[in-house]
Amino acid sequence: MAVFHLARLITAAADTIAAHAEELTALDQAIGDGDHGLNMKRGFEAVRAEAEAFSAKPLPEALKAIGTKLVMTVGGASGPLFGTLFMALGKEISAAPDRANLTAAFGKAIEAVAARGKSQVGQKTMLDVLQPVHDALADGKTGSEIANIADAAADATIPMKALRGRASFLGDRSIGHMDAGARSTALLVRTVAETIGESV
Amino acid sequence: MSNVGIVIVSHSPLVAEGTADMVRQMVGDEVPLAWCGGNGHGGLGTSVEAIMGAIEKAWSEAGVAILVDLGGAETNSEMAVEMIGEPRAQKIVVCNAPIVEGAVMAATEASGGASLKEVVATAHELSPS
Repeated sequence: MAVFHLARLITAAADTIAAHAEELTALDQAIGDGDHGLNMKRGFEAVRAEAEAFSAKPLPEALKAIGTKLVMTVGGASGPLFGTLFMALGKEISAAPDRANLTAAFGKAIEAVAARGKSQVGQKTMLDVLQPVHDALADGKTGSEIANIADAAADATIPMKALRGRASFLGDRSIGHMDAGARSTALLVRTVAETIGESV
Repeated sequence: MSNVGIVIVSHSPLVAEGTADMVRQMVGDEVPLAWCGGNGHGGLGTSVEAIMGAIEKAWSEAGVAILVDLGGAETNSEMAVEMIGEPRAQKIVVCNAPIVEGAVMAATEASGGASLKEVVATAHELSPS
């Protein structure tokens, strides 16, 4: 992976979440408890506030610290889920990852998120975006291709029936709405892909 | 105290506190007890930080049983246990039981000096498997 500035990536991610906070909240209001946008914004603003300190660490340590910060600040069920994604990624990734290492680490991180949420692909969750992104990484897709795959994967949660999380209480009524966690995951994937470009 | 501690985690501070009141009425001060509820920002939700604080408050060398309400409370409680880490994590169990009945039954069992395993089993009996 070419050198990139983690601080720049954090700023871009926080900007993206802030710009879409109302949209995420609206999605969550439809089938969840309506706090996803606000929660994610609070968490990523807390990460942004310490962007320089995170960037000074080696990448694995930085990702673990970002994950811990998200756990403590996002709240809701999203805090542990997104926090676990970053913490597990930090555990598995090397200080200067190539595509193979990134793909392997991302795969392990997805397993950790699935275990945390006791969920799996096909249940209308963030995993429905993470898994296709992993497969695209493994297939050698470019950054912009991966961003498009993530968007399509989030769209594909619309006809799904929620089987995990608050939305699952709605049963069939969850069908027809995009999962908010899938949407925020796709937004973050696009931001990362566009910020670090074609360097991995 | 040597009895197992009980932690109550609800999305609502009112539910958590009310459940704790009911437990206190049943078992008095025989059992270490702590509750938390709310997202830490005035809204409904659960906070990993608050759950870690409640576990500290109710800590007992005999262990701690956590009773939760909706899914996010369970996820956040499991995260809190993981962040507390070993060796204490192995003495903390998130129970699969209704929060009010589970807390009262678990605390009653704990007040008699039962082990963590027995306390958790009592709470689990309330959930159809």
